[in-house]
This record gives sequence, structure tokens and C-alpha cells, in this order.
Amino acid sequence: MSDHEYTPKSKLGKWFNDRLPVLTLANHLTDYPTPKNLNYWWTFGGILTFCLITQIVTGLILAMHYIASADLAFASVEHIMRNVNYGWLIRYVHANGASMFFLAVYIHIFRSLYYGSYKSPREVIWILGMFIYLLMMMAAFMGYVLPWGQMSFWGATVITNLFSAIPLVGESVVNWLWGGYSVDNPTLTRFFSLHYLIPFLILGLVVLHIWALHVPGNNNPIGIDLKKPSKDTVPFHPYIVVKDLFALLLFLIVFAFFVFYSPNILGHADNYIEANPLVTPAHIVPEWYLLPFYAILRSVPDKLMGVIAMFSAIFVLVILPWLDTSKVRSAVFRPLYKQFYWFLVADVLVLGYVGAMPAEGLYLLVARIATAYYFLHFLVILPILGSKEKTLEVPLSLTEPVLGGSPKESMVRSKKEI
Amino acid sequence: MEEDKKTNRRDFIFTASYALGAVGVGAAVWPLIDQMNPDASVKALASTEVDISGVEKGQSITVLWRGKPVFIRRRTEEEIAKAKDVKLDDLPHPETDEERAKNPEWLVMLGVCTHLGCVPLGDKGEYGGWFCPCHGSHYDTSGRIRKGPAPTNMEVPKYEFVNSNTIKIG
Repeated sequence: MSDHEYTPKSKLGKWFNDRLPVLTLANHLTDYPTPKNLNYWWTFGGILTFCLITQIVTGLILAMHYIASADLAFASVEHIMRNVNYGWLIRYVHANGASMFFLAVYIHIFRSLYYGSYKSPREVIWILGMFIYLLMMMAAFMGYVLPWGQMSFWGATVITNLFSAIPLVGESVVNWLWGGYSVDNPTLTRFFSLHYLIPFLILGLVVLHIWALHVPGNNNPIGIDLKKPSKDTVPFHPYIVVKDLFALLLFLIVFAFFVFYSPNILGHADNYIEANPLVTPAHIVPEWYLLPFYAILRSVPDKLMGVIAMFSAIFVLVILPWLDTSKVRSAVFRPLYKQFYWFLVADVLVLGYVGAMPAEGLYLLVARIATAYYFLHFLVILPILGSKEKTLEVPLSLTEPVLGGSPKESMVRSKKEI
Repeated sequence: MEEDKKTNRRDFIFTASYALGAVGVGAAVWPLIDQMNPDASVKALASTEVDISGVEKGQSITVLWRGKPVFIRRRTEEEIAKAKDVKLDDLPHPETDEERAKNPEWLVMLGVCTHLGCVPLGDKGEYGGWFCPCHGSHYDTSGRIRKGPAPTNMEVPKYEFVNSNTIKIG
């Protein structure tokens, strides 16, 4: 937080600001001191904000033309595609926007994992982020149900049935979720209502996420605490604003490629067949961004344990700040963690791949090993690494490596501990 | 600060008002939760009558009951014998064939895999019964789970023979 008091220049501005200090807030946001060494992996916060707003705006428009009814939903989506002016564009932006949203959020999360952004004093930012991620998955799942195609229907059936694994009350819980004895019209209408609500909950959490960020300030690639404001920081505006906008433009190239050149490549062809409760598609797969969790679910032969494993995979992320016991934040100074980090990235990609394949034979074996390694990484490797790993010495400030006469981090050893 | 920790009239009033408040909030929230349970129109479709006169031996029909498929299979002698032959110890969810099919010729059950709710395919799988394509559960000719992640046998709904040609499900 910038400590200096802000007074608006104009008299009207001062009058208003005394009554509602939005100008003080605006001043805080523009002057907000930001580490000057942030790399492009730090631009995804801004990109994610853009994604959220895009989803809200396109979703609002789709809701003007979509009809949430088991009899009419499928036809109304085709109506949007064929008849509504620019309906095809808005729907393709919304559908691919969900994938882009997850692409950006995964980069954002893995950036945090690499640079230790979840560590003290940023645990609350991280946990709020995990809640946002959970809500994103719920929103994406319910949104996928709305077109009422075969994948919508059977995806909804499989996922809601996860709750039937709960002992004793599972059956009643599932009937309550469905509003009946199977996925049907009541399920569709409530999913539409909740799908409309969740983005606004996410928006609220994003405000808290940024608020919590602005208390300690950004982490940075070196992972050290900075004096703020100082020679190590630059004001958010214009430096970071312009950089974020440039990164957003690059991101939009990828986004536009999907929307205009392969709008259906991330979807499933079976979802262009209307929902039929009597026929299950031969091979049910969730959207790509949920595949790692799906692989974990299927790798456990027991129904209840599979569900527990899947939810635990998310829960270990929530408690990560307390599982990683290392005092050094950035992987730059953690030679062993850096290797395990890339193992984890590979592990999650493998889980994603086997999640898309049938659960049998070699795929099942690979899924089991990858699932075991996923939990091993968080529950065993990280806690042990904190005490066993010999970390490199961390510079005292961002300018120290330069002023010390050598720009190479590995050459710089500070005398004192951090 | 009060020195002695004895419960006084004020503590009683606090506790009583919190308790009453909690009951009030609970009562107000319940309708908001219960509205999501199956409604009267859904419950009204609780039973359906099926004409089975056209079903030959070895054939199955699938009918929709409460939004779920129900398999009605007229089993062959061979299938019945196979189902009765199984030792209960070999079953993850032990049920005899007699318990599942009142009239051994007719097997009536929900065509819903007890794993995650997909519709299994007939005349498939390693046990000559049903096979669920979603996560690979195998069911035998009595609809009992034999292999795969499903925890229980396919459910037998409440049904009765109204006459020799009609089954009433529900």
C-alpha cells in the first residue's frame, strides 16, 4: 500500500472523495508499487480478469436467446448459431472462452507453484484463488450441460452421481440435486440459474483476491521481500498496465485462432446429438481442463475412494502453503524443487492424457502411477524438501546482483541470511 | 468483568434467544432447500404399465420410468441356468437369482450402472449379461455386478405382473 495521503486536485473531487474515497482507491491502484523484475508469467492475472469479463458479457447475451428447457434447449442453441445476428460468434467466444479461461488459470497457478507465491504472507491470496478455481470448475461443468447434447446429459449424469458415493444419504442428495430421479428438466433449469450466478461470485472473490494481493504486494521471480516503494519497484500505471495489455494482445491471438479457425476442436462431436436418456455415448470424456481429475477418479477401483481421491487432489492444493516447508520462495534458488516442479508438470499432463483415454490396460496402470506421484509430490516430497534441500543463497535486493558487479545470480552470494 | 462464573438470568436469556433464533433461521431456510427435491409432478409419474406380449425369448425391451431406462428381458433357459449356477461367494454384492427375478423368465431392472449412472449395453461383457462402456463394469445374466468399479448389482425396481401380458413398474 502506498502510505502517502492522497488529496484530489479539484474542489469537487475533494468534496466527493471526502464522502466516498474512490479517488483514493484509484490513486492507490495507479501508484501501486510493483516489483520491476516481473516476467511475462505475471501477466496472467490481467488476462484472467479479461476472460472473466468476456464470459460475463457473452453469457449475458446468450441468456437473451437461450431457453432453459429440456425440450427447447438444444434447438435454442442451434437457433443462436443459425438465426441470431452474430450468435455464432458470441457462442463460440463463450465456449472457447471457457477453455481460454482455464488455460490462463493453469498458467497462473503453475507460475505460483514455481515462484512460491503461495507462501507466507500470501496464503490467503492463494486460498481465495483456489476457491475461484473451484467455482470456475462448477461454472464450466454446469455451462457444458446447458446445450443439452449427449455429452451434456451424460457428463451431468456421471458427475452428479459422484455424490451418490456418500454413505447413507448419497441417494437422497443426488435426487435433491436432480430434482427428480434422473437428470431431467428440473436439473437443467437449476443448472442454468446457478451457471448465471457463479460468475458473479467469482467476481466477488476476485476483488478479495486482489485486495489480499495489495496488502503484501506482488511476489517476484527472485521471491524476496521488497522495500516499497523503492528502486526495486515501478508504479503499476503505466509500466504494468502497458505490459499486461501487450501480453493480452498476444493471448488474444491464440483466443482468436480457436474462435475463428477451429471453434469445435476443444469440444466433443457427440454434443451435437440431442440428449437421449436411453443411450450412453460409447466414450464419455469431460472437457480437457478437467481430465487430470477425471483420471484420478478412474484410477481408483472403489467408487467412494475414487471420489475421495478426486476431491483430495484439489484439497491438497488448498493446504499447500503448509505442506511446502521451505523458507525460500522462488524455485530459482531451489535446485531440487525446480526438478520436482517439472516432474509435477509432466505428471499432470500425463494425467490429462490418460484421462482422455479408456480406463483399461496400460492407460489404467499409467493413471495409477501418475495419481500416486501427484499425492507423493504434495504430501511427502514437499514437506521433506523443506528441511533436506540445500538452497542457493538469496540476494538481498533486486539491484544487488547488478550493483555487486555481476548480473549472474549464481555468482552472487549475499553475506547475510534473508 | 463479573467475578463469579455462576449462570445468571442474562446468560439464560442469551442462550434462549440464540436457540430460538437458530430454529427460526432453520425454519426459514428449509423451504429454500426443499424446493430442489423432486416436485409433485415428478412424483406423480411414479408408475408405468408396460405391455410385454410382443417380447420373445432372448429379447429385451427398454422403457423409460422416472426418466431412467428400465430393462425388461425375457431370458432364455440357458441364461437362467447360468444365473442360478453362480456361487454367492463369487459375487461382490451377493443376491440369488430368485431374489432378483420373481418369475425367472422375466428380469426387470433399472438399466442404470450403479457406478456413475451410465446405461450398460446388453449381450456384452465377460459374463454374457451387460457391459457399461463408461468405466468398464461387467454384469451377469441376472444383472449382478461381477467385475469393474460399480459397487452393487443393477437395482430391481418395485414391479408386479398385472396380468400375463402387462407389467406395472413402480
